[in-house]
Amino acid sequence: MKNLTTGALIAASTMLSPFAAMAETEVQFWHAFTGRLGELVAAQVEEFNASQDEFTVVASHKGNYSETLNAGIAAFRAGEQPQILMVFEVGTATMMSAEGAVRSVTEVMEASGAEFDPDAYIGAVNGYYTSTDGEMLSLPFNASTPVLWVNRDAFEAAGVDPDTDLSTWQNVGEALTALQEGGSTCPLTTAWQSWIHLENFSAYHDVPFATQDNGFAGVDTELAFNGPAQVAHISAMGEWAADGKFFYAGRRNEGGANFRAGECALFTESSAGYAGIKAEAEFPFDVRPLPYWDGVGNSPQNTIIGGASLWVMEGHEAAEYEGAAQFLAYLSSSDVQAKWHQDTGYLPITNAAADATRAAGFYEENLGTEVAVIQMTTNEPTANSKGLRLGSFDQIRGIIDEELEAVWSGDKDAQTALDSAVERGNGLLRRFEQANR
Amino acid sequence: MEKRVTFKGWLLPLLLIAPQVIISAIFFFYPAGQAIWQSLFIPDPFGLSMQYVGLGNFEYLLSDPYYRTSFLTTAIFSTLVTLCSMIPALFLAVVADRLIKGAGVYRTMLIWPYAVAPAIAGVLWLFMFNTRVGVVSWYLGHLGYDWNHVLNGGEAMGLVVVASAWGRISYNFLFFFAALQAIPKSVIEAAAIDGARFWRRFWTIVLPLLSPTTFFLLVVNIVYAFFETFGVIHTITSGGPQQSTTILVYKVFSDGFVGQDLGSSAAQSVILLVVVGALTVFQFKFVERRVHY
Repeated sequence: MKNLTTGALIAASTMLSPFAAMAETEVQFWHAFTGRLGELVAAQVEEFNASQDEFTVVASHKGNYSETLNAGIAAFRAGEQPQILMVFEVGTATMMSAEGAVRSVTEVMEASGAEFDPDAYIGAVNGYYTSTDGEMLSLPFNASTPVLWVNRDAFEAAGVDPDTDLSTWQNVGEALTALQEGGSTCPLTTAWQSWIHLENFSAYHDVPFATQDNGFAGVDTELAFNGPAQVAHISAMGEWAADGKFFYAGRRNEGGANFRAGECALFTESSAGYAGIKAEAEFPFDVRPLPYWDGVGNSPQNTIIGGASLWVMEGHEAAEYEGAAQFLAYLSSSDVQAKWHQDTGYLPITNAAADATRAAGFYEENLGTEVAVIQMTTNEPTANSKGLRLGSFDQIRGIIDEELEAVWSGDKDAQTALDSAVERGNGLLRRFEQANR
Repeated sequence: MEKRVTFKGWLLPLLLIAPQVIISAIFFFYPAGQAIWQSLFIPDPFGLSMQYVGLGNFEYLLSDPYYRTSFLTTAIFSTLVTLCSMIPALFLAVVADRLIKGAGVYRTMLIWPYAVAPAIAGVLWLFMFNTRVGVVSWYLGHLGYDWNHVLNGGEAMGLVVVASAWGRISYNFLFFFAALQAIPKSVIEAAAIDGARFWRRFWTIVLPLLSPTTFFLLVVNIVYAFFETFGVIHTITSGGPQQSTTILVYKVFSDGFVGQDLGSSAAQSVILLVVVGALTVFQFKFVERRVHY
């Protein structure tokens, strides 16, 4: 018996030996990244843990974005919430209205005295996560914006000049016809249809997606994406789908597999598709700005972000908040941000990170990687292009997906489908308003 | 004559039924009561506050045309899953019953698919029918059929039905096979001597003798189609396109655990409880009459 106890003690002390004598404070960090992105996050956490010996950040993967948010919510209900939770941009309104469940990042940073300057973030990112009183509530982490990916080989195979001007949908429409005539079976495909072809489309053409400044000015917001600009775009896409010029692969990024395999000539997808496309595509590819309809709205205005931010949750010890603050300060430092941007294709979310990347000559070596940055930052965001803040937005996206599928299959025309999506989505917004009264 | 046992006093009989009562209370009555209570509120996702809305959740649901269509979708889906899992199982069991050599191997092979978890079965079928890289859709393409379950509701329904029914065939096979083995050989032989051929023997003797098993499987398979198939639907279609594969229980799951609308989700559970309760009463009252024990 005595031997066993001694053995256990030795085993325990060996396990603890790399750590300092004093017990370290643990900070739980739940995120949604797998694969290459998961490795990069793990590396960041490891570097932070090695850089000091007061805190240990424990990163756990909790599934995709929706699953991670749901895991965080379920954990909060059970009193087991992590200190830091990654929440995708769609869940922002849900988190913002959860007073008593989340603690604002600004408050956490001020209390710890860690270095933090909300103004260091680029406008479009900063605005998304700042409350109406001007307080930044969560820390922007990964942000991307949709761009147009071009398979140059597919253009050449169809006898179309790959350098043709694709900046407007008018030009893209002509190119699609030429590609199809040249034998392409998949001239255009897309990922994240609602995010790219309605949410970003509205911002890019400076038309409202929802009333009350897209929800920023209050929860009594109503959807407004059944306006003439959006209807015209979805109509055109519907016609392309009927003609076989636009291939619909699925609601998330299923189309990516078709593009990376070389089947599709054009692909509208997040700038963060860069890591995957670069690794897998066996053809020369271009990154172009997202096309706009010339003469519609104030196009091109600016596109908005997708991605996630880090929320600090309530109900922990002061020392744990101190650790969370230190970790968040590390993540937002310009070196870490610049490396993250270059590795992943996510936007450099601080101006300093963008400058550092430019100074390092990254954009000259990797042509096209700057397109997303320029597209987001050239114009000062308007009320229509600041972002979206809508409750139950994950569900609303589901509704939009359903209605768009009805257009692609030819069951509904664009106006009917968008009207129906607006009506059904408004029902959810009213419920959200009621729940957060 | 019925046999009756009389207990002296109350303690022992109460003690004897206690385990069952306690289990039902903890795993059925308590959660069901919670669902009914929650269905009267719109709570926020974090459980920080609740708004009493009375029957507002039900009103909201029943005024939604998509929710009403979901009843029809569920009826079609569960009927198809039940038929597609029971008929092939019965056929296979009858064929396996006639085997003399290698019956054991044949049986084991048929039971295998039951060991595959529904979500994994879903992924498996999804790969085969993937619109661009799937083996089956590739062959269909060569035959001139353009398979696209992402946009075509009928194809999506067919795919989730097949994926849900596939693993279930093994389960049903086991029961049918055991029931066939239990039919006395003498009855069949007597009919054979009377000149009844295989199909006649099957319709007039085997099938009626199988009826208790068939009835049991009918109830169990409908419950399966109602409640245990959302893993398959989640992986293959997520209820789409245009909710053509959104069955009631999948909507409970997606509104509650994806959309965090717990009030609506609870109201749907209550409706589902009523529907399944009514269905079970119906089955026992009307279908069971045709069963010979």
